[in-house]
Amino acid sequence: MAIIERETEVVVPVTVTPTSTYGVLKRPVSATGWRAWVFTVDHKKLGLMYGATAMFFFIVGGVEALLIRLQLAAPNGKVLNADLYNQMFTMHATTMVFLFVMPMAAGLANYFIPLQIGARDVAFPRINALGFWLLLFAGIFINLSWFLGGAADGGWFMYAPNSGPVFSPTNGIDFWAFGLQIAGIASLTGAINLIVTVLNMRAPGMTLMKMPIFTWMMTVVQFLLLFAVPVITVALFLLSFQRNFGARFFDVAAGADPLLWQHLFWIFGHPEVYILVLPAFGIVSEVLPVFSRKPLFGYPFVVFSGAAIGFVGWGVWAHHMFASGLGPVSVAVFSLTTMAIAVPTGVKIINWTLTMWGGKLYFSTAMKFSIGLIVLFTVGGLSGVTHSVAPSDTQQTDTYYIVAHFHYVLFGGAVLGFFSGFYYWWPKMFGKMLNERLGGWNFWLMVIGMNMTFGPMHILGLQGQPRRMYQWTEARAGEGFFNFAFWNLIASIGSFVLAVGILLFLINVVITARNPTRAPLDPWNSRSLEWLTSNPPKEHNFDVIPTVHHLDEFFHRKYEEDPESHTMRQIATAEEIMAEQERNADKHIHMPSPSYWPIVVAFSVLVITFGMIFSHLIAAIGGITLLFASFGWALEPSTAPESDFESNSSTPGTALDSVGKS
Amino acid sequence: MTDTAVHGHDSSTGISNIKLGMWTFLGSECLLFGGLISTYMLYRGRVTGGPRPAQIFDIPFTSVSSFVLLMSSLTMVLAVSAAHKNEDRKTNLWLTVTALLGATFVGGQVYEFTAFYNEGLGFSTSLFGSSFYTLTGFHGAHVTVGIIMLMSLVGIFKRSAVPGKKAEVVEMIGLYWHFVDIVWIIIFTLVYLIPV
Amino acid sequence: MTTDTTHAATSTEHSENHGMSNAGYIRIALILAAITALEVSTVYIDFGPFFLPALLIMMAVKFVMVVSYFMHLKFDNKIFSLMFYAGLILAVGVYAAFLATFKFFIQ
Repeated sequence: MAIIERETEVVVPVTVTPTSTYGVLKRPVSATGWRAWVFTVDHKKLGLMYGATAMFFFIVGGVEALLIRLQLAAPNGKVLNADLYNQMFTMHATTMVFLFVMPMAAGLANYFIPLQIGARDVAFPRINALGFWLLLFAGIFINLSWFLGGAADGGWFMYAPNSGPVFSPTNGIDFWAFGLQIAGIASLTGAINLIVTVLNMRAPGMTLMKMPIFTWMMTVVQFLLLFAVPVITVALFLLSFQRNFGARFFDVAAGADPLLWQHLFWIFGHPEVYILVLPAFGIVSEVLPVFSRKPLFGYPFVVFSGAAIGFVGWGVWAHHMFASGLGPVSVAVFSLTTMAIAVPTGVKIINWTLTMWGGKLYFSTAMKFSIGLIVLFTVGGLSGVTHSVAPSDTQQTDTYYIVAHFHYVLFGGAVLGFFSGFYYWWPKMFGKMLNERLGGWNFWLMVIGMNMTFGPMHILGLQGQPRRMYQWTEARAGEGFFNFAFWNLIASIGSFVLAVGILLFLINVVITARNPTRAPLDPWNSRSLEWLTSNPPKEHNFDVIPTVHHLDEFFHRKYEEDPESHTMRQIATAEEIMAEQERNADKHIHMPSPSYWPIVVAFSVLVITFGMIFSHLIAAIGGITLLFASFGWALEPSTAPESDFESNSSTPGTALDSVGKS
Repeated sequence: MTDTAVHGHDSSTGISNIKLGMWTFLGSECLLFGGLISTYMLYRGRVTGGPRPAQIFDIPFTSVSSFVLLMSSLTMVLAVSAAHKNEDRKTNLWLTVTALLGATFVGGQVYEFTAFYNEGLGFSTSLFGSSFYTLTGFHGAHVTVGIIMLMSLVGIFKRSAVPGKKAEVVEMIGLYWHFVDIVWIIIFTLVYLIPV
Repeated sequence: MTTDTTHAATSTEHSENHGMSNAGYIRIALILAAITALEVSTVYIDFGPFFLPALLIMMAVKFVMVVSYFMHLKFDNKIFSLMFYAGLILAVGVYAAFLATFKFFIQ
């Protein structure tokens, strides 16, 4: 069960003194300390940093939610005034969508896609690093608005002209708009990177239809990002130009149509919600087969339904605008397309359920979260189906019924999916298992808390409680079973139960970090290729790039079908397979070198956006820095292929220290 | 421009990472310019004050500008062709000519915008003004970035210190440049030639 | 279309199919110039009901010619075409639907 360690003749990334440099353009060398993280281009380190950042913002967004629920727990709430309330729900949503769910998915994708396809890194490692630093700076930038005059207050969908300079004169929305532009660059470059990686860097023998489902779903997500981010980019530019340079785009007096914003935003916004949930679908499709001891039911259907969701998702956006005055023809068309998109999602639910049917189920925490997703996402999907019927949506829109829907699909979907992934992949990433007992408490408190919080919102919505109202009064509360007072109180209590559940997860993380017990190589008896590595994987991932013959390649290396009984029998353990990998390790492994420039470029972009709000001179300085940093990036030496430094030491860092300081 | 992709095994499709990356990027740019063009098409007739399109467009002038940009695509492709044949001096020559033609186009835009502004069409004057300047401004900014890349390439090639494959880099910048040209093909027709 | 050598990530697919000669490119450029001239002529010559379709067709032809020949898409791996045309068709579809909701195409 021990992890086998041996000396490997592995090339350790070392800087090569190039024959001609431009002075500062040597590449950094450190493999230890803070520099190993700040200048890294390693997809695994970047994945962990994305995850940590996302977790931090999850807590920030959670606190914002708790403040909202405190305000709404009782009539005439005094916790937040109206202005602060507007900022709170805007930032809660913005933080959760752009600074938690999307980066968390990016982190898991970054970490696991190369491992799942048998690659050693992504196609463009420095651009990968750039994406992370841009995201981090975007998150910091948007949240600085709290301290610099007030946060954005127009709702996460930021409808114009309400978000224009007349009705929102503080800088909050400018922080929001520019911050999201920075995050958008991160998403777009990340999308290009992962698409090229998945298409071009698969291990020999891994056809597209042998890729793990997580990789497939994340690839669909990258295509959605690729095409959706430019649309919100346009919308944000139009808004910024209106707010800062006097453009008339949303100026009704000049003949503007406010629906322009709504369309552009939701053309992005609807694919965006599939961007938010498809990663979780991918995770669940990995977890369920492992803990059902059965392969995923209907792999091609799961793949194609994912692609179908991505495709049809472009045709439904105006269902967010049914009450906006679109006109009956548009409403009818979008109502139909919205009904259509329930179908591929239903296909997935069926396939997941049939994966479990007849399987030997093991209810690990990861499995609990995945089953939780199937149940709770379906609840959210059902309320979604009611929204597709335009006349009924006209009653539901802008009420808490919608809030209930999207929290069931987002929390029940994306969040539960992520937690399933955490418990499943923790041993792979950190070499330790999260505590399963605590995991059980984590799961149940989250599920109970979530249902307590968002379940009553169906009732509240149908009883007429509008969204985005900072207070509700006794006079409007109603009487009888469906009154506001009781259900708002339940929802608020539920949110704190939920918070405790999440706190238990954080405690679990800390306890696990302190626990010296190492995880076995293959704790869950998994199926996919990322488990053909050590825990955590070595920097170069695979000692030898595997040749893939099957879907669920790792499983098929452990088990083969017995020709007489037609059952699967074990032919190798994970440890034996790893040992063989190490015996056949590649002698020359080229890994991409670390680089200063991604963080420098990201920082200069941050300076530009600061300048756009406060001083155009600062923006110009940022622009010049960006120009120089771009040249630095383009001109720095790559890892020279001719000179390999072979080191007999397997510990990264020792050879480097003798070469020189960065 | 350095291909820092991990070496050691063929790409699964047999095509280069950078080329696939560039075409993927251009696919996304269609959505960007599509949004700006659609906004313009929606708003182009909305003139509450200031001049209307027909009153200020100078079609002959813009036609010459368009022709210049179109020809720059030719010189770009000649640069790529020379790069593939390892003809360094010719590559640099055609890259420089492309940049000059691009700069002529941008110069023409600047002149045109100045003339429009003097005739009363400002950024804030009307919806037509805001959308026109935004659409053509974004395009012009893309051309400018292209010119910077072209001139940087010329400078770097003169010093011969760039890591990576020369011909491929020229080809990639060529793809970007041609894309900027085809966006203008659309803008020229929809904005200038189709009357409001 | 693909020649697998040990380092396919860089140079191999350039070995064939960059076959269009400079003379060929100049021919394409002349055709583009001619079409542009024809486009501009619509301002001065009355095309009647053919005005809009003619202009749009000419625009599309120029677009496709630059993409296919100058950008070499016609001769390259089909994956590039997939990436680019997916974006283009999506953009045209989505934005046309968007304009349609504003009754843009109804005169």
